[in-house]
Amino acid sequence: MIKAVETAVHDGDGDAQGGPRLVRVRILRQDAPGEESYWERFEVPYVENMNVISILQQVAAMARSQDGRRVAPVAWDCNCLEEVCGSCTMLINGRTRMACSALVDKLLEEDGEEIELRPMSKFPVVRDLVVDRRRLFRALERVHAWVPVDDSYDHGPGPRISPEDQEDAYPLSTCMSCGCCLEACPQFTKVEVTRREDETAEAFEKRRKAAFDAAFVGAHAISQAVLFNGHPTGKMIADERMAGLTAPGGVQMCGNAQNCVAVCPKSIPLTRSIARAGRAATVWAIRKLFDR
Amino acid sequence: MAQPKILVIGGGLAGLSAAMRLAEIGADVDLVSLVPVKRSHSVCAQGGINSVNTLTRQQGDDEWKHFDDTVYGGDFLQHQPPVKEMADWGPRIVDLMDRLGVPFNRTPEGFRDQRRFGGTLYKRTAFAGATTGQQLLYALDEQVRRREVEGKVKKWEFWDFLGPVLDESGRCRGAICQDLVTMQFRAFPADAVILATGGCGLIYGRSTMSMVCNGSAVSRAYRAGAWYGNGEFIQVHPTAIPGADKLRLMSESARGEGGRVWVPRQPHDPRDPRDIPEAERLYFLEERYPKYGNLVPRDIATREIFDICTNEGLSVEKDRLCVYLDLTHVPRETLDRKLGGILEIYEKFQGVDPRVVPMKIFPAVHYSMGGLWVDYEKSGSGGMVEGSPRNHQTNIPGLYAIGECDYQYHGANRLGANSLLSCIFSGLFCAGGVVAGASAGRRTAAEESSRLFEGALRREEERHRKLLARTAGDENPYDLHLQLGNLMTRVATVVRRNEQLAAAYAEVCSLAERWERCAVSDTGNWTNQNVVFTKSLGDMFPLAKLILKGAMLRDECRGAHFKPDFAMPGLAATDPAEKRLEAERWCDRFEANTRRWLKTTVARHGDGGEPEISYEDVDTSLIPPRPRLYGLVGGEMIEEVWKERQAGTRQPAETSA
Repeated sequence: MIKAVETAVHDGDGDAQGGPRLVRVRILRQDAPGEESYWERFEVPYVENMNVISILQQVAAMARSQDGRRVAPVAWDCNCLEEVCGSCTMLINGRTRMACSALVDKLLEEDGEEIELRPMSKFPVVRDLVVDRRRLFRALERVHAWVPVDDSYDHGPGPRISPEDQEDAYPLSTCMSCGCCLEACPQFTKVEVTRREDETAEAFEKRRKAAFDAAFVGAHAISQAVLFNGHPTGKMIADERMAGLTAPGGVQMCGNAQNCVAVCPKSIPLTRSIARAGRAATVWAIRKLFDR
Repeated sequence: MAQPKILVIGGGLAGLSAAMRLAEIGADVDLVSLVPVKRSHSVCAQGGINSVNTLTRQQGDDEWKHFDDTVYGGDFLQHQPPVKEMADWGPRIVDLMDRLGVPFNRTPEGFRDQRRFGGTLYKRTAFAGATTGQQLLYALDEQVRRREVEGKVKKWEFWDFLGPVLDESGRCRGAICQDLVTMQFRAFPADAVILATGGCGLIYGRSTMSMVCNGSAVSRAYRAGAWYGNGEFIQVHPTAIPGADKLRLMSESARGEGGRVWVPRQPHDPRDPRDIPEAERLYFLEERYPKYGNLVPRDIATREIFDICTNEGLSVEKDRLCVYLDLTHVPRETLDRKLGGILEIYEKFQGVDPRVVPMKIFPAVHYSMGGLWVDYEKSGSGGMVEGSPRNHQTNIPGLYAIGECDYQYHGANRLGANSLLSCIFSGLFCAGGVVAGASAGRRTAAEESSRLFEGALRREEERHRKLLARTAGDENPYDLHLQLGNLMTRVATVVRRNEQLAAAYAEVCSLAERWERCAVSDTGNWTNQNVVFTKSLGDMFPLAKLILKGAMLRDECRGAHFKPDFAMPGLAATDPAEKRLEAERWCDRFEANTRRWLKTTVARHGDGGEPEISYEDVDTSLIPPRPRLYGLVGGEMIEEVWKERQAGTRQPAETSA
């Protein structure tokens, strides 16, 4: 037992009393879907310039709670650790954000003695801080978020694009599907579908997709639709995207709380995208009326 | 026969481009990935993608020069036909990505803008801000999503590849994978398996690589009999931001856009860098390499930064090694437009604005030039035969490798912005051959006996069960990983010495033994990250061993592999005749070294788990190897002698020594 703790503290800073300075963290845990959640506290040695990921790495290495009990390591999602892959979204001191760019010094400055970690609340918990964000990717299918090229063979370069249009499109294209905007959105509520005992995997998948599709599509997907509708080739299937955007759960569900843009770690102008999509949806609906 | 079933492992640039093309040409694709494919490590690539373009062409550039820069930068260690083919495809690939909607930066007239990268004198690199890898990956992710909706691709995200399944003839018939949520095992019969699983930076503990880059998939293929090529060639990127959890990349594009590397001439000068006058700064790269300046190839920049800090004691800080990377002279507007993404990373993680204050950076492990050995079929024009089932096939029939996890394109050192090209190229290019190989009248996977898969499945389940049962062990896997990483970083990165490598090999063997006593702190069967990590740690040792052994045996300096005991220093003489003679001797030694060491290192997983190393000739039929002389003292004279020899005007002066 001692061994793990000792090795984990090897580069902790010593304080005036000679012991390592410790960082306290409380984590809302859940062993599996449908189980009760519970709080557990941990203490890890402070390291200069550390982030929430380094806390979780040390928690995993120690696998002991603050009171010395042997516990299973906390599960969490991460990959790039430089805020570009979108994996490590969680609620840190109540705020939805990426764990990699959450620096401990700043957190302690803002919020005193203890850091609180919770899983996102708008997605089903898989385990501890890991949530199932498949709905987020499904939303990209709903709005046909792609350029409909003929094929991947050589047909010369893409369309000429002005620097202004590129500078308009690029920020939208940096969306890393982290889900912060969805977590903060009052219209985006949790959809959790569990497999029935007699259900085949395919039938379950179909039922889950239908449940996803009936609920709010989300700011990230609306913004992607705007991105592709602005692309010279992408706009060739703008109607398909508008159909997705105006279906139940579409852009009309946005209540304009503007939380999405406030929490986006990449400062993507999501409300501008929603406004554009809203206007386009109105025009599209009127045009459809006259096209009949 | 029915549509061929192709299993692609890994959803970065290589895996996704392969999946896209395979779906298009009628294959039925299963795509397995440790993470949702949109979160793959390719998103971390920042600077751009190289190809000849209309502008550079009019400045005298062509595909051959791109090819030449790549093999020269790679110190001639790569087989040339695949590299030539890749350079030829470059313009088409960038055009394709442009059509897929990648928001490349634009010139005022609306054309793609390009920047200059290391190891070339042309502006070949197309870029999308400073997140080019992310943008390329998203474009491919979108196309694969489109094929998924059409039912041509099925994704298996949060699944771990445990190993290939080989039939009695040694042919790959599929793979066993594990669901990382439910921990269930599943057999994936397939007509071909493509590994596109990236690099193995986690063997070095902290690197610029993402947490999935642990090399486990490649290690599992290696243990099943796949050969590994040039393992000792690991790229250490010159500029990264040191961090407790990870070393974050600071792209070469920072230098491409004018960034200057310097240290104060006075050791550990306590002044604010902005207050240090020009005359008291040492721009050591510009001084030592007037032609390429801050854009020398990566291995050289890395070595110089390492040298200035360790040997010359000129590190900016006293207790931490680092140098300044300075962009403060570049207009803010330009920085925001062209480098915004990476400067934000620095600001976010360091709390300092690099537009105002010079950044502090140091080299970090970044890329595996080595990887699974793969074959190719040479074409009449010196490139590769498109559609040949041999291209990118490992020595195991039916098992392919593409992207960073193969060894094919970058030789002893990769040029910046060539990796995105090699990943997309290998994915697109291999697809036709994979399908042709899968369809060539063999039994299809569906007809294969289920016994084969059941046996393989049971073996993996058993291995897993045994790991879970190891609760009484006294070793902590995270601790062992830390030790392995520190060891590898110390002895197998920038400077390598035989006695250190030998000692490290013994130490890795003992770490591997200690791993057998690892306790698993989570014994459950639901999203058990602890057991998955422990398993992947166990798979790091065979790769660590082949890296160390390959490095130990290779007694020379080539690209990223630098052994001071075998270095060939520049010329010391000043007298012209003496200098000439010295250059002759230098060239003799170079030729002898080429004969001895211009060879691919091939590692096979031997009995008892130790790597067996052999060497294979490199196809240099298109461009004869020549000395790599970036900034070497007396380089002009060596080049003169070398050129005369190549022209046949002088015989090698074998007796002059």
